[in-house]
Amino acid sequence: MAGVAVSTTINGDNVEYLCQPDETLLDVLRDRLGLTGAKEGCGTGDCGACSIILDDRLVCSCLVLGAEAEGRRIETIEGMAHGDKLHPLQQKFLEHAALQCGICTPGFLMAAKDLLAKNPDPTEEEIRFGLAGNLCRCTGYDKIVRAVQDAASVMKGA
Amino acid sequence: MRYIRPLSIEDAAGLLAGSAGTAAILAGGSDLLVRMKGGFIEPDLIVDIKAIDGLGEIRETAEGFSIGAAVPCAMLGESKALKKAWPGVVEAAKLIGSKQVQGRCTIVGNLCNASPAADSVPALVAAGAKAVVVGPGARRTIAVEAVPTGPGKTSLTKGEIIEAILLDKRLPRSGDAYLRFIPRTEMDIAVVSVGVNLMLDEQGRVKFARLALGAVAPTVILVEEAAEVLIGSKLDEATLERLAKVCSGACRPIDDKRGTIEFRRKVAGVLAKRAVTTAYARAGGK
Repeated sequence: MAGVAVSTTINGDNVEYLCQPDETLLDVLRDRLGLTGAKEGCGTGDCGACSIILDDRLVCSCLVLGAEAEGRRIETIEGMAHGDKLHPLQQKFLEHAALQCGICTPGFLMAAKDLLAKNPDPTEEEIRFGLAGNLCRCTGYDKIVRAVQDAASVMKGA
Repeated sequence: MRYIRPLSIEDAAGLLAGSAGTAAILAGGSDLLVRMKGGFIEPDLIVDIKAIDGLGEIRETAEGFSIGAAVPCAMLGESKALKKAWPGVVEAAKLIGSKQVQGRCTIVGNLCNASPAADSVPALVAAGAKAVVVGPGARRTIAVEAVPTGPGKTSLTKGEIIEAILLDKRLPRSGDAYLRFIPRTEMDIAVVSVGVNLMLDEQGRVKFARLALGAVAPTVILVEEAAEVLIGSKLDEATLERLAKVCSGACRPIDDKRGTIEFRRKVAGVLAKRAVTTAYARAGGK
């Protein structure tokens, strides 16, 4: 089976890869490009662990084909921190202990980043609705919501 | 398997028509990729329609709105003009899936997936929406309710693609609404759903009505008797009771883990009253 040649941008870098036509973008990121931050939870778009930002829209990378990324702009969790400096959301997730096992965390961070980019001052309800596509089976969500609220106030002050 | 991204709708239709094996159209992929993953479909050809000019746009025309087949539902909520004109259609489309799914899923996909519980479909049927169907060498415009023929089945033939959904211009003193029942607050499949579109006369009486029910029959159903009950009324209590009865009676539901036949019938009546009341208020009725 011939591969599909794809040229795309990931976290600001031009990236080229070959993938199979039925291969998901999640599998391309993890298995071909070594970007293992996005996790596979369900593989059917229900859990949000594989969330990435594709041309400014939050999507599940398990529901995108690798071939579809041609000419698009992808942001993954690997692009969130600047060198050693954590993004305020990452910092606040740590401070509030908004994670336990960590599998859902990259997806939550990407979803929260997208949420705050579009709504810098969300209410608690808006945060809960905004993150409803991400499942966490450890924390009970309260710590995550508080971390996002705290990060939002830090980012507004910045 | 082959993946092709044609640049014109005619090429897309030609590719689909000429394919020997199983061919699938890819727009948002939120149904297709799940079905592929589950092994329910193994396409020999995937035709990605997102590079086709205009398919990713919502256009406001002299007649109303044209929503391209590749427009993600999130975009419907971002269009102020569409939200103002067709709030019921937009609220239905916005109920499909999570934020992540909203960024990908489309109303044409929702229609062609042909689930009886598809959220956007009762709202589109109530709105009198049309589908522009492009096939090899031909183009036709059909009512949205003519597309699904049963669970997972459509009236589209090999090579046909829905290019866009058309909505009329919003007329004065008219409004629409969509409501569904689910056992949780978000992200679930409708157990019963209702879409309604009303137009009032100058005295505030219902002049025109369309009401559609979802998840209570093999396809979304247009309930013509509901319109007959509503026309001429100002939604007094007796009219709403008659409406509920007619809607409950129009249901042909199944018993399943999400709802019994009896429950679905009852809820259809209750939701119909509520959705009609909302649409009436949006139309300026008091």
